[in-house]
Amino acid sequence: MSAAVRPVRYHFAGHDEHCLSAGTADAERRILIVQPLFDEMNRMRRVLVQVMRDLERRGLQSFLPDLPGYNESMAALSDQDLDHWRGAVSAAAAQFGATHIASIRGGCLIDDGIPHLPHWRLAPAKGAQLLKTMIRARIAGDREAGLVTHSEALIASAQKAPVELAGNRLSAAMLHSLESAEAKDLPILTLCNLGSDGVEGSALWLRAEPQDDPQMSVSLATHLDNWSASCGG
Amino acid sequence: MTKAATGTDDPIGMAQDNGAGSQGPSTDAILRSILSDLLGLSAEQVAEMTAETELFGALPELDSMAVAGLLTEMEDRLGIVIDDEDVDAELFETFGSLFEFAETKRAA
Repeated sequence: MSAAVRPVRYHFAGHDEHCLSAGTADAERRILIVQPLFDEMNRMRRVLVQVMRDLERRGLQSFLPDLPGYNESMAALSDQDLDHWRGAVSAAAAQFGATHIASIRGGCLIDDGIPHLPHWRLAPAKGAQLLKTMIRARIAGDREAGLVTHSEALIASAQKAPVELAGNRLSAAMLHSLESAEAKDLPILTLCNLGSDGVEGSALWLRAEPQDDPQMSVSLATHLDNWSASCGG
Repeated sequence: MTKAATGTDDPIGMAQDNGAGSQGPSTDAILRSILSDLLGLSAEQVAEMTAETELFGALPELDSMAVAGLLTEMEDRLGIVIDDEDVDAELFETFGSLFEFAETKRAA
């Protein structure tokens, strides 16, 4: 039987939000995966779906919720900020009965709403880092169009209306929450990075052209399997 | 601004110790690893880059989003701060020009 990824829904803030699910509900370990944020999310999606298929073959259930404002969500991206997204992750974890939470990059900024669950993090990103990259892309894009844009003016303009950064319409609240966001400490936390003593693979979330890496998917699934077996559940 | 004179006769030493007293990876090694992550190049491909290897223009993947990611990763991994005023297209012309910019920032 080949592992299948199915769409499911979770309810948050008046909307039914989309989520991918793999594995069966009788699994003892149910991992909620918190995706990277913004463009890094798209670059990692294929790898993460392959991880979910692999986890199903290992007898685990997993969930990959879409954040409000992305993909099929009826909520506006310009209404979101990190606190709101943290609430969505917690709602999804509660509604799906998650036993473990695994987050990647920017996902680590919003994974701490249910602190008593075991958490696993891969290469946490800082909010300021993500924000700066998006602002730079906007400034560079404007420059190609012959416009001179300054970072401070761009952030200030968000007070009046959401600003578009690298294809994302973001509110002043989102910009503000990103500026100082760092992954918070948690009681049961495993931190993982890429490399010989971590996940085998490369920083696919940085790729200019999204790429697949089957070996990295297997390595990620193996880490998640071993980690989740060793704690909680 | 042209490529500095050093660019031609001394292709950037691969694993050179820049003698700056840091035992971490050299600027050269860090830049190669960032370009590998950004462009999906193998270790062999990035090892073949010389000071003259053209980046922007020659590499279609290096669009404005990729350049933004490149700058942020350089800040993060090299421990430098880059003002957007310092950044112009010439910086990304060749691997050598990027390297010299990074070295100058690191020494500052």
